[in-house]
Amino acid sequence: MDYLLIQVLNGVQLGLLMFLLAAGLTLTFGIMDLVNLAHGSLYMVGAYLAWTFITWTDSFVLGALLALPATFVVGVLLEMTVVRRLYARDHLDQVLATFGLILFFNDLVRLVWGPAGKSIAVPSFLSHTVQILPGVPYPAYRFALIVVGSLVALLLAWLVARTRMGMLIRAGASNRRMIAALGVNIELLFSLVFGLGAVFAGLAGLMAAPIASVKIGMGDDILILAFVIIVIGGIGSIKGAFVAAMIVGQIDIVGRAFLPELLKAFLPPASASAAAPAISQVLIYVLMAAVLVWRPTGLFGQRT
Amino acid sequence: MTAKLFGSATIALAALALQPAGAQQSVKIGFVSTFSGPQAAIGEDMRRSVELAKEHLGGKIAGKPIEIVYEDDQFKPDVGKARSEKLVQQDKVSFVAGYIWSNVLLASLKTVTDEGDTILISANAGPSQIAGELCNKNYFSTSWQNDQTPMAMGDYLNTKGVKSLYVVGPNYAAGKDMLAGVKRTYKGKLLGEDYTKWPDQLDFSAELTKIAQAKPDGIFIFYPGAHGVQFVKQWVQAGLNKTVPLYQVFSIDAITLPQQGEAALGTLGAQEWVNDLPNEQNKRYVADFKKKHNVYPSYYGAQSYDAIMLIASAAEALKGDLSNKDKVRAELKKANFKSLRGDFKFNTNQFPIQNFYIQETVKDAAGMMTVKTIATAVKDGKDAYYDKCSMK
Repeated sequence: MDYLLIQVLNGVQLGLLMFLLAAGLTLTFGIMDLVNLAHGSLYMVGAYLAWTFITWTDSFVLGALLALPATFVVGVLLEMTVVRRLYARDHLDQVLATFGLILFFNDLVRLVWGPAGKSIAVPSFLSHTVQILPGVPYPAYRFALIVVGSLVALLLAWLVARTRMGMLIRAGASNRRMIAALGVNIELLFSLVFGLGAVFAGLAGLMAAPIASVKIGMGDDILILAFVIIVIGGIGSIKGAFVAAMIVGQIDIVGRAFLPELLKAFLPPASASAAAPAISQVLIYVLMAAVLVWRPTGLFGQRT
Repeated sequence: MTAKLFGSATIALAALALQPAGAQQSVKIGFVSTFSGPQAAIGEDMRRSVELAKEHLGGKIAGKPIEIVYEDDQFKPDVGKARSEKLVQQDKVSFVAGYIWSNVLLASLKTVTDEGDTILISANAGPSQIAGELCNKNYFSTSWQNDQTPMAMGDYLNTKGVKSLYVVGPNYAAGKDMLAGVKRTYKGKLLGEDYTKWPDQLDFSAELTKIAQAKPDGIFIFYPGAHGVQFVKQWVQAGLNKTVPLYQVFSIDAITLPQQGEAALGTLGAQEWVNDLPNEQNKRYVADFKKKHNVYPSYYGAQSYDAIMLIASAAEALKGDLSNKDKVRAELKKANFKSLRGDFKFNTNQFPIQNFYIQETVKDAAGMMTVKTIATAVKDGKDAYYDKCSMK
């Protein structure tokens, strides 16, 4: 039972990280109709900036707090210089241009921070275990990830559902021409939304850094999953991104924790534990395909 | 006008005279390793050791300058293969050395040894396939066959009386060999066996939770470089370091220790080379390396140093004439050089027959994390695949 609980928590923690990345992606895709492949680059930039600030201030929390506004600035600058020019173009042009941005960011990071990759240590006050239930230890840093991730998800839900900016975001997601016609400063809104997406991606990057590694191209692998999540959840829907990220997180953990044992019943152990992650990867795509057949706009997407 | 013409002619002649003596006149060695990304620290350690070997040779082999062309495999098999092809076809090197990763080596093997008919010296990777059915007259190793180091660890776990074990490693050629190796010799109870996605999985939460549930007497891991750093840190974060000791191969070393820090203290591992092996050449290598870079060298570096010294021994014996490949191979096969691990012989499959040691993670007198030899686990060990090799 404890084992199950911990594995479920592992899945929640992974899901929350992916949600942070997917949230920005679904906003830019849903509201600005922009396919931004370079979203993973912002995840990487956030992690590298965090590394710089953490090294500089010698404090994880302080470094993280400085890295977030810095990532916001990078996001807004990127929107104003490059991305803004892409809104009117079709999706293929956007894919091409933002793919170029990935290459640009990867080489920029190589120039600034060098090719070797960095590592961020887990802050010392979180490098032990906490008892989530009496006698059930869980790594404190991962627990903190769950807490921070949940808080950010709540904050985002509040922002979208209860504030004026959120109202504009929702309006933009359902009909963007209409809100422009109503006299909303759409340029400013888009810059802010893009910057906000960058902050969430950067937050995901810096929180993942201590349990992964800060390296060039770190966002490229996870970006594909983030796209799958926003497609499952419904493009433009924050709630959809959250639910889909949670489902994908659990599928991933099932593939690593439970499927191997199941497969070992009729396969040699080496093949079983090799096949299980592959099957869970496939399951994620099967889920996406099923959702697309059942609800072409995703679980919480706008019906058209 | 004449003066001007004369002037340019002199410059042209001078330029000719200044040109390096031409490709045939140098001993040209290609070196493939990982120089970018999170595993770049390993490549850097190897490069430093190659440069040190070059320096110890006085920059020359048999009177000819040593020319080393480094190529970055970017930790990817396809890139490694393309870079190897470039070294053989375009740079026309006489030897290709290096290779950290078994999957990169397997992808590059035929390109170098068969299509290029060039001698390949692995300074790290030792996939079982190449020790057995894929063995090749152009392939030499100054490292080991993958299974051997974990086999030594398994032997030691038996003598130490570790009753049950949980083994974890990455799901690629070397990971499978390493876990096969420890399972071949370990006699206790195997409580679990997990393979993780390589190279993208750095989060071991699910596996560590399973280990905590299984309550083994020990964990055995193979996670090189950045992955080893993460596994050891997460093992501590999960609090498992208090209950389950960690036994490892290639996961705690001079590359990873600066980041693992005290978390790794007291852990045991197996290795064919340790920085405190008491032979003269090793003392000189470690001292010079530390003086230059202020860190300990790793076995990756030591094996790379040995690869260059092996090449030098063959080229010296042939007085620098590398044109007859049969003669070069015959000389290499003698392993007539002072290896940093002490002398070794090549087996029929051209992998070393050598000792394996057990090392403990400690702090040195200056407070720097390092490893020291505590026991000899295997004497003159041969790999388990050489009888499948067609070369006898």
